[in-house]
Amino acid sequence: MKEFPYSESKDTRSGFGAGLHELGKSNPNVVALTADLTGSLKMDAFKKDFPERFFQVGIAEANMMGIAAGLTIGGKIPFTGTFANFSTGRVYDQIRQSIAYSGKNVKICASHAGVTLGEDGATHQILEDLGMMKMLPHMTVINPCDFNQTKAATIAIADYEGPVYLRFGRPVVPNFTPADQQFEIGKAVVLNEGADVSIFATGHLVWKAILAGKILAEKGIDAEIINIHTIKPFDEEAVLASVRKTRCAVSAEEHQMNGGLGDSVAQLLAREEPLPLEMVAVNDSFGESGTPDQLMEKYGLMENDIVAAVEKVLARKRK
Amino acid sequence: MSQPSASTSPVTSETHSASATKTPAELKQIAAQVRRDIVRMVHGVSSGHPGGSLGCADLLVALYFRVMKHDPAFAMNGEGEDLFFLSNGHISPVWYSVLARSGYFPVSELGTFRKLNSRVQGHPATEEGLPGIRIASGSLGQGLSVAIGAAQAKKLNGDDRQVYVLMGDGELEEGQVWEAAMYAPHHKVDNLIALVDRNGQQIDGPTDAIMNLGNLRAKFEAFGWKVLETDGNDLEKLVPTLEEARQLSGQGLPIMILMDTQMGYGVDYMMGSHKWHGTAPNDEQLELALQQLLVDQQSDY
Repeated sequence: MKEFPYSESKDTRSGFGAGLHELGKSNPNVVALTADLTGSLKMDAFKKDFPERFFQVGIAEANMMGIAAGLTIGGKIPFTGTFANFSTGRVYDQIRQSIAYSGKNVKICASHAGVTLGEDGATHQILEDLGMMKMLPHMTVINPCDFNQTKAATIAIADYEGPVYLRFGRPVVPNFTPADQQFEIGKAVVLNEGADVSIFATGHLVWKAILAGKILAEKGIDAEIINIHTIKPFDEEAVLASVRKTRCAVSAEEHQMNGGLGDSVAQLLAREEPLPLEMVAVNDSFGESGTPDQLMEKYGLMENDIVAAVEKVLARKRK
Repeated sequence: MSQPSASTSPVTSETHSASATKTPAELKQIAAQVRRDIVRMVHGVSSGHPGGSLGCADLLVALYFRVMKHDPAFAMNGEGEDLFFLSNGHISPVWYSVLARSGYFPVSELGTFRKLNSRVQGHPATEEGLPGIRIASGSLGQGLSVAIGAAQAKKLNGDDRQVYVLMGDGELEEGQVWEAAMYAPHHKVDNLIALVDRNGQQIDGPTDAIMNLGNLRAKFEAFGWKVLETDGNDLEKLVPTLEEARQLSGQGLPIMILMDTQMGYGVDYMMGSHKWHGTAPNDEQLELALQQLLVDQQSDY
């Protein structure tokens, strides 16, 4: 098992803020909008240095999505910033008609996704957003794993023409990916090569998968760990190449089982390579108030849960 | 993907250079031909929305044949041009006819309205690449927000042309409209001219009975808009109002034109009734309508 050294832990939303600020300097067409959550989305630096390209919309997310779509017509590249819940469920029809169906170059940037939003509770803890967004034709869906990767993804999506959903979160997590990485949309990253089982993880669960890999190594299980930072387009080639070697898989995500990463893996395996799969995800339940760590534990999203899923899938593989 | 194409300086079309001098009488002739197109389009597929389309024919003809600077060669970004957005997308027949007769695409293509493999979709869309359409509409309440964004992009680009958006009056029941109505004055979007087709009808009945819209002038003025009112079926009044709106733009306030129309205007049995919101005429009714929509030189597709 490879080592993944890091010097500090940071929140992924700050990676977005840092990437957006760099884009402000490098790309005059980049504009930013927020629905009364400038600080929560870490958009303060962009607002301070590029006030003429920053639009405060107030608490009106539907209007924000429409305005963003309109801005693209004049060649602007709008980045909208609010919580993941208000970036998707609240404005699904606006995104569907004015952005996705209309093929508009809007970057929907969504923070506080999943249960790690914490104490605010289930009203704000969306666990369905990846599913809603990946179902939309034309939509690209990205869920990076740490500060550096979120920053790199933010910068990369400005150069891609088309609607993008970029999901990140609130808690600090180890910042282990390279600061100088080139983010390739749709290209899975093999973090650790292994022979016994493929672990496909996204977002905050990537670090949990690394922790699980260490525990598994101590048990003599050689896990391949792959970071699926892009949910759509889905890197089918990378997933198939891995499972053709390991012959079984575990998916891990801070999202509902329905509609998430595991669902994409399952569809692919069913079509191309019917092999056993276990899913680490929230199973048809809303979240609740609590600390992020308490919630990750209660909803079965910790490294131990991944280890248990691996042991279960290995038993199925041996049958 | 609909992306702004490389910017080219807009060429004023022949259509437009001729249009600048069009008299109300000439506009009326074009509007009558557009109305013939509308009833024939919806009759051809026994579906679509003739009522609101007929009511707004005078407005769209006035905009495209007299008021707006626009180029049928069509660039998505519309740099240096006035832009028009149709928020109440169900009245697509009137827009399609006016676009075709302005030179955006062949008039014969109107015959493919609502048919399989057509660019002329039931509601306006960019997916098939129909020239003249910049965003999909149909699910109501979204167009004002889109127009605001397009208008703010024009300001950022130093482009001094205007952005027009038409909404239905029933559409004002959608909450997003009021989010946008609050935003535009706050951000001084004064290159925006919004219009409401106040025909007083919606699918289930008169707006007064379904959801009373109240005093729209007072409501928009309270939100900080400059409000004008006009008769949307009288070109002698409509064109001067549109010209007044242009003169009032650039003064810090978004402009709202409340335009009284009659649903089904031009076809007597359709006028003033919500029953023709989304019903197509049968063969007999089509003949009756065409007898009433006379033009000096008929050019049906």
